Amino acid sequence: MGIVATLQQKLFRWRSDGTAPLRLGQRRIFIIPSRGGLLYALALVVMLIGAINYNLALGHALVFLLAGLGIVGMIHTFRNLHGLIVTPGRSAPVFAGETAHFQITLDNDRPTPRPGLELEAESGNPVSATVNRKKGAKLKIPVSTQNRGWLDLPRIRLSTRYPLGLFTAWAYLQPAMRCLVYPQPIAAPLPLASPTPVGGERSGDGGQEDFAGFRERQPADSPRHVAWKASARNAGEGPLLIKQFAGGAQVELMLDWQLTDPVLADETRIGILTGWVLAADAADAHYGLRLPGVDIPAGSGERHRQRCLEALALCLP
Amino acid sequence: MSTPAHEALDRHATPWLFATALATTAPHFMHQPLWLSAVAGAMLLWAVWQWWKDVRLPGRWLLFLLVVGGSAGILGEFRTLFGRDAGVAMLVMFMNMKLLELKSRRDAMVVVTLGYFLLLTHYLYSQSIPTGIWLLAAMWLVTATLIRLHGGPSSRPRETLRYAGVLCLQAIPFMLVLFLLFPRIPGPLWGLPSDAFTGKTGLSDTMTPGSIAQLVQNGDIAFRVRFDGPLPPRQKLYWRGPVMEQFDGTTWHLYKGRQPTAQLESLSPPIGYETTLEAHNERWLLALDAPVALPAESLLNGTLTAISRNPINERKRFRLSASLDYRLNTSEDPAVLRRNLALPASGNPQTRALAAQWQAGNRPEAVIAKALALFNAEFTYTLQPPLLGQHGIDDFLFRSKRGFCEHYAAAFVTLMRGAGIPARVVGGYQGGEFNPLDQYLVVRQSDAHAWAEVWLAGMGWVRVDPTAAVSPSRIETGIANALAFGEPLPMLIQMRADWIRTLRYRWEAINNAWNQNILGYDPQRQRELLARLGLPDTDWRSLAIALGSACGLLVAGLMGWALYKRPEGDPVVRLWHKALRHLARRKVDCSPWETPLDLARRVREQRPELAEAFQRVVDAYLVARYGNTDQHLKTLRDAIAQLR
Repeated sequence: MGIVATLQQKLFRWRSDGTAPLRLGQRRIFIIPSRGGLLYALALVVMLIGAINYNLALGHALVFLLAGLGIVGMIHTFRNLHGLIVTPGRSAPVFAGETAHFQITLDNDRPTPRPGLELEAESGNPVSATVNRKKGAKLKIPVSTQNRGWLDLPRIRLSTRYPLGLFTAWAYLQPAMRCLVYPQPIAAPLPLASPTPVGGERSGDGGQEDFAGFRERQPADSPRHVAWKASARNAGEGPLLIKQFAGGAQVELMLDWQLTDPVLADETRIGILTGWVLAADAADAHYGLRLPGVDIPAGSGERHRQRCLEALALCLP
Repeated sequence: MSTPAHEALDRHATPWLFATALATTAPHFMHQPLWLSAVAGAMLLWAVWQWWKDVRLPGRWLLFLLVVGGSAGILGEFRTLFGRDAGVAMLVMFMNMKLLELKSRRDAMVVVTLGYFLLLTHYLYSQSIPTGIWLLAAMWLVTATLIRLHGGPSSRPRETLRYAGVLCLQAIPFMLVLFLLFPRIPGPLWGLPSDAFTGKTGLSDTMTPGSIAQLVQNGDIAFRVRFDGPLPPRQKLYWRGPVMEQFDGTTWHLYKGRQPTAQLESLSPPIGYETTLEAHNERWLLALDAPVALPAESLLNGTLTAISRNPINERKRFRLSASLDYRLNTSEDPAVLRRNLALPASGNPQTRALAAQWQAGNRPEAVIAKALALFNAEFTYTLQPPLLGQHGIDDFLFRSKRGFCEHYAAAFVTLMRGAGIPARVVGGYQGGEFNPLDQYLVVRQSDAHAWAEVWLAGMGWVRVDPTAAVSPSRIETGIANALAFGEPLPMLIQMRADWIRTLRYRWEAINNAWNQNILGYDPQRQRELLARLGLPDTDWRSLAIALGSACGLLVAGLMGWALYKRPEGDPVVRLWHKALRHLARRKVDCSPWETPLDLARRVREQRPELAEAFQRVVDAYLVARYGNTDQHLKTLRDAIAQLR
């Protein structure tokens, strides 16, 4: 590791802070005069010269009071960040080109509010926040996306100029957070559905038509599918039950890498497949996805859609 | 240039800026030309209207025209853009103009900084206690504005003001330390603009009938004196200003040529005193007759006036001493005597005739006595004498017979010169008012006076006060008692009710303490203070060290406060832990798994003498912690106190 990198790590914490809540201590907080502060200092110097020149005792007192106010303001600006608790949260997947939002919670256990906070992951796009006394604030930090795959949260700058705006105090945060970026979908007509069920005689699970029995509810199941009457029969003793349907002779749509035009670039082909997944999902179709090295059997529903999109986001053709 | 959304000024922050502009510029209304105040006010109103109706800001060219027009107006009014008054006028105008183009937070920062700067400009005109208080309040408001700008719309006005108050209060220790220890540089650093010290009142170096009467109507303080010993008798308190030896028929002038050195022979022990002169823009020190020891940078001229090297254009303190009985120039230069016998070639024939008649066969002392007897018999002392004609002194002596001190002094000196006795007019102050609260003698403009000096062989220059012959109470008790009711004297000194006087004494004593200790805090006082603090012979280096360490201590204290984290958790639990610490001190340790009741049982076995007190603590704790009320904290606290 070079000197620059070491310095960056030591000084600016250019490394992950992990996922645990983090309390801002004094070693993390930097502070320098802001542009307004420099203007203020310049005004004070001119005022002091004026006070000396005209021999104004009260002018001296005013300048000294304002200088004291500047120092006090510096400490209060520092204090506005000090002791703030930062907890990383979740981030919902987005399509490439959209803006990812990383959720971060700021907690204030002090009996005074902390206004005028700004969080910024990319310059020029800050989020302002006020954390009230003894409260927390959930913030979503926008980060623009370009490429599919995992997007790590870049280093965040948490800054404040409150109360007087004469100083800027800031801290760098790098919580271990990432956001899944789906490929950018390219609209294209769906390939023809294969009339024969893929996978032989086996009837697909998770169909919508014929009742086939109950099974235990899993966390991924939508509450809409819970068989409340059947579950109520054993009144809270047993697990919740889910009605299962069998699809019967359902048409299956296999979205295959091979179906895309091989002359196109890989990313374009992935984009087309993504568009297909979205279109198939919108049409409530029963679809599967086949990529080099990945084979997702046909299915439908939100969870299935996510699984397909995730496979597309992370696929290495 | 467009403004990023997060830097834009939120609508509800704008009224704070209006308030800032108003609070920092309004007091200038009192001494600014009216049109300027009107323009500034109109711009403020325009800005408010614009904000209220939420209309678009005026275009760049319009603002430019306003700036050019305003500057041209100021240039026309003051003939410059730079001096003190013109500079202040420019700042006031810019401040109110800036309100017309408030877009971003940066614009607002300019307004606030300009506001702080404008606060200073008020001190150019007044440094009184009320000004100080008003400006402190204005500074509080400006600081609140600054907080509001950076706190965003969530902050409520009351909280903002409260927080601003906290910040200002925390800044005060820094101010005190800096005020006391910051190395004071005696100003000015460069030549001050010519209008720096205008508008000061005081004696002038000429005297015409009515000039002192006009000054007397001013109740301002001319100077304050503190004697080392007891207060000398009132009728000896003659504070000498300019001595006027030349007369052109109406006006008495200072002789500007060379004067021989004064030869002073003091006949009584010197009286030491300290005088604090208000600014009067002239060089005389208004020393008590006759000055025997003078401060540095000053000298005694040939007519016994103490003269400072530089004009007194700000409040200044001097140490002097005086000898109340003295002889001045017993052997006088013949040129001086000739000058003091000269009268204009013509004019005032009746006066000359009378003087010539007195001179025949009379000794000078007899002539003086005749003149004083004449004044005493027929004349009236008044601030409102009738107008005098071409032969002013004739008119006064033979017709109106009503006048003020300058009439008497002028007439007397003319009579003396006519009778061949060298005589001259002395301007200055007489008497003063003793404030028993702070032991200062206060001399006001209303104590301004003129008297005469005659030269007698063997005795030198002798003071003769013709006013004393007309109105002895003027000299013995002061002007308020000497004039008839209804004369245009300042209200302040006319009021004679005891409680008003006591109130006034108190107010003036406070003002004097303010002037002496705060406004008069100069390098000299700073050295004295540091010597008292055990830092004698300070140079700037030791001052810097003292200043740095004091400020460092303050910063450390504030940082400690900022980093301090209040103890967390339920106060009941904290109190319980305190009780456990008490037990531990008596060798009863509570195990982590032990319930309070178990512990109480064990205490009863191991330390029976503590059992009863501890049982009360446990009962109170259980009620406070698990009961459905907050009322039991005090019971618990008391129970723990008894455990000790």
